[in-house]
Amino acid sequence: MYQLPTLVPLLPEIVLGIGAMALLMLGVFRGEPGGRAIDVIAIILLAIAGAIVIGLPPGKLTTFGGSFVVDDFARFLKVLALLGSAAAIVMSLDYAQRERQQRFEYSVLILLSTLGMLMLISAADLIALYLGLELMSLPLYVVAASYRDSLRATEAGLKYFVLGALSSGMLLYGASLVYGFTGTVAFTGIAQTAGQGGTGLIFGIVFLFAGFCFKVSAVPFHMWTPDVYEGAPTPVTAFFAAAPKVAGIAMFVRVAVGAFPSIATEWQQILVFVSIASMALGSFAAIGQRNIKRLMAYSSIGHMGFALIGLAAGTSEGVQGVLVYVAIYVTMTLGVFAVILSMRRTTGMVETTDQLAGLARTHPATAFFMAMLLFSMAGIPPLAGFFAKFYVFLAAIKAGLYVLSVIGVVASVVGAYYYLAIIKAMYFDEPAEAFFAMPYELRVVLGVCGLFNILFCVYPGPLVGVASAAAHSLF
Amino acid sequence: MTSWPILSVVTFLPIAGAIFIAFLNDDPQGARNARWVALWTTLFTFAISLLLIWRFDPSTADFQFVEKRPWLGGAINYSMGVDGISLPFVVLTTALMPISILASWTSIQRRVREYMIAFLVLETLMVGTFCALDLVLFYLFFEGGLIPMFLIIGVWGGPRRVYASFKFFLYTLLGSVLMLLAIMAMYWDAGTTDIPTLLHHAFPRTLQTFAWFAFLASFAVKMPMWPFHTWLPDAHVEAPTAGSVILAAILLKLGGYGFLRFSLPMFPEASQHLAPLIYALSVVAIIYTSLVALMQEDVKKLIAYSSVAHMGFVTMGIFAVTAQGIAGGIFQMLSHGIVSAALFLCVGVVYDRMHTREIAAYGGLVNRMPLYAFVFMVFTLANVGLPGTTGFVGEFLTLIGTFRINTWVATLATIGTILSAAYALWLYRKVILGKLEKPSLFNIKDLGWREITIFTPLVILTIVFGVYPKPILDFSSASVTQLIDNYQHALSAVQTAAQTASLGR
Repeated sequence: MYQLPTLVPLLPEIVLGIGAMALLMLGVFRGEPGGRAIDVIAIILLAIAGAIVIGLPPGKLTTFGGSFVVDDFARFLKVLALLGSAAAIVMSLDYAQRERQQRFEYSVLILLSTLGMLMLISAADLIALYLGLELMSLPLYVVAASYRDSLRATEAGLKYFVLGALSSGMLLYGASLVYGFTGTVAFTGIAQTAGQGGTGLIFGIVFLFAGFCFKVSAVPFHMWTPDVYEGAPTPVTAFFAAAPKVAGIAMFVRVAVGAFPSIATEWQQILVFVSIASMALGSFAAIGQRNIKRLMAYSSIGHMGFALIGLAAGTSEGVQGVLVYVAIYVTMTLGVFAVILSMRRTTGMVETTDQLAGLARTHPATAFFMAMLLFSMAGIPPLAGFFAKFYVFLAAIKAGLYVLSVIGVVASVVGAYYYLAIIKAMYFDEPAEAFFAMPYELRVVLGVCGLFNILFCVYPGPLVGVASAAAHSLF
Repeated sequence: MTSWPILSVVTFLPIAGAIFIAFLNDDPQGARNARWVALWTTLFTFAISLLLIWRFDPSTADFQFVEKRPWLGGAINYSMGVDGISLPFVVLTTALMPISILASWTSIQRRVREYMIAFLVLETLMVGTFCALDLVLFYLFFEGGLIPMFLIIGVWGGPRRVYASFKFFLYTLLGSVLMLLAIMAMYWDAGTTDIPTLLHHAFPRTLQTFAWFAFLASFAVKMPMWPFHTWLPDAHVEAPTAGSVILAAILLKLGGYGFLRFSLPMFPEASQHLAPLIYALSVVAIIYTSLVALMQEDVKKLIAYSSVAHMGFVTMGIFAVTAQGIAGGIFQMLSHGIVSAALFLCVGVVYDRMHTREIAAYGGLVNRMPLYAFVFMVFTLANVGLPGTTGFVGEFLTLIGTFRINTWVATLATIGTILSAAYALWLYRKVILGKLEKPSLFNIKDLGWREITIFTPLVILTIVFGVYPKPILDFSSASVTQLIDNYQHALSAVQTAAQTASLGR
């Protein structure tokens, strides 16, 4: 007799999926403008999903014949992705109202994209992975271009879509090669037969990884990032920079560690190259940037390079490092984008770094938190960003990746330059005209992220411990 | 041993003051309050650190006032403690902080609250660096000091402050990150970052060499040793007076302290093999930077270069690994901490009045400022190393310590002493002596009460410890003796192992 698969592990996804569709109906029937109600309900849905993720029975749960798995690793990253998405919606509230771009679809699309992320994080075979990936990406293409009247936004959306489709194609091709040479799509099955895969399997892995690199915007598949970051409306950029990166890293780690542990030496080379290239490009290319959104794009490329160091190590310490890195990265990015969103004068939004001149005089608290977040991004102790880098490098040193480590730390010094340049503008330069007061919700986001980064060193135990448990669940 | 965590209190008390200041109003009244809060906080911290001295037992080389709490999980703990090597630096830091605050009393008028916060945070990070008994914790404090110092130079500095602050930050960061990697490698080899454990851990030879160089990269920049010193003149010249004081008196000592705490005891073989490199760099530093100092037209730059020369004596003495050499190195660092701080304060006095640091802008100050001339003379002579001042004791001890190991190095370094007399006396003659000819100086005022308060303790310390250095030397002697014993022991253990290996073959 056919037995229904157990749906308990899927509960957060079900809540999000049904909720998103209900919201869509609600929005359609209420007509435009949808008002804040839909945004608020969306945030509540994300919070409920997060609570369910935490409340699921402990241990490793699988369903749908093993293609959907919930382990500590998935729990950790799901909570993080949900937080990132919720923060993105919160940060868009004021902007949408002000720019008369209030469309209820925005929140619904973010919900659907987040649903895709959760699927992706839990995916344990190649088909589920692709399903999650596309569900995550398609709403992203739409929100990138959601402000139809803006030329830049439309261009960004189109560019993102074309390149994203290309990368999905590569990923699919890689997946089909992997299937062809191992005879299965399940990660556990692939792990057993990968040893005999031969060259064909390696080709498959390369294509697969090319697709992953695109999603996390790692060099050499980073080209879309600066343009999309700059072109997309700023709240959308804030969203792009946080939650999808979490999901992308999750799939990268799960596939590399879960499906191909037996040929780790093969894919480690790819990752070493990718992370060196990303760190170097992220550090050097950002130096010349004046537009802060483009700068953040290069910064995120660099950060992904650092995070991938941990994966390149291929050990449980490495994965722990990746998880800590991603968690701290999300807080830093959201905090900085909260400041970018508040860069608004009577003339409208501004985006160049020199507009921040003298922020320490006009908005001391904002400037202080921003400076701390930037120092944190540069990896200066005692801020959280230091611990992020500390754990990935710790793993890399243990794995004997000395060259990678030395190049990595040197790149971090180069990268420190452009963060310092922003701090210089805020603290050393004479004040420019003051921005409008920061909206309340942005203050909360900035304050929470800033305090997290400053106080992390006081009590780092919980996050590090949870990340360690999550990493162990993969090995 | 102690019922309350006295080291943590000394370390984090300034932060408490900083948080308090952060909530003051941003108006002239708030600025005045910020100054007083900062002063009282630093004085109170100093008082507690004196309590440390009182309760410290100098007869043992063990770490005292030890605190240990779980922190990062695994083998990385929050662990604090001091011994005879680190405690003097803790007290030096806490003693100079109130002086720095007083020195900034009138010269800093812009953004006073932020300034005081930066200084208090800096104090926490510096004291923490000396107290940390865990490598990661040490690194945290060591590197964290960059943030407040960057802001101090960049916000309150001179015309080229942006360039100087960036150079300072990036230069130091580059050196330090390499050390961080070495710390990680040591962690995986020893399984812990607990400093007392690592002091007795025998690291394999190759790791020793690489780690030694990585630590050198960090400490040589911090110290600074020639040829990594180029950030120092820029940073010193552009920093506000109190910033230069802290930079010269304490931040530079972190390098020397690092050599004593880590390089020497943890990598004894590498230290022994690479000591000639240190000698060479030290001698070049002593002679070359003294010559450079002779050519300076800016008072602060001259003192900055003289600092590099004096640090050359310290590295030379430390790596001689004799009782006199190391004791002399420590003494020289403390002495330089007082003397260079005082010299920068002297520059600050005339800079506050004239707003220039050009040597050529001064001359004949003795006619209008006799007190100032006296104070400046004391510190100039201490800088030269005149017997009866602390400068002499430090230089003399390092020189005899090195002489026993390497005659040539000691001889060449002595030439540096002569050169230091040349530039220091030349500076004194140009600025203080002669006729008062510059019209701008006709109305210059002598030291005020605030300035006299600042200088009196420094003058007394310089002369008292110059005449009677025994208290300081006794204080650290047990730790120094143990350091040397462990070092010799580690080396002989390696030798015996090598001999047995060759016999076995």
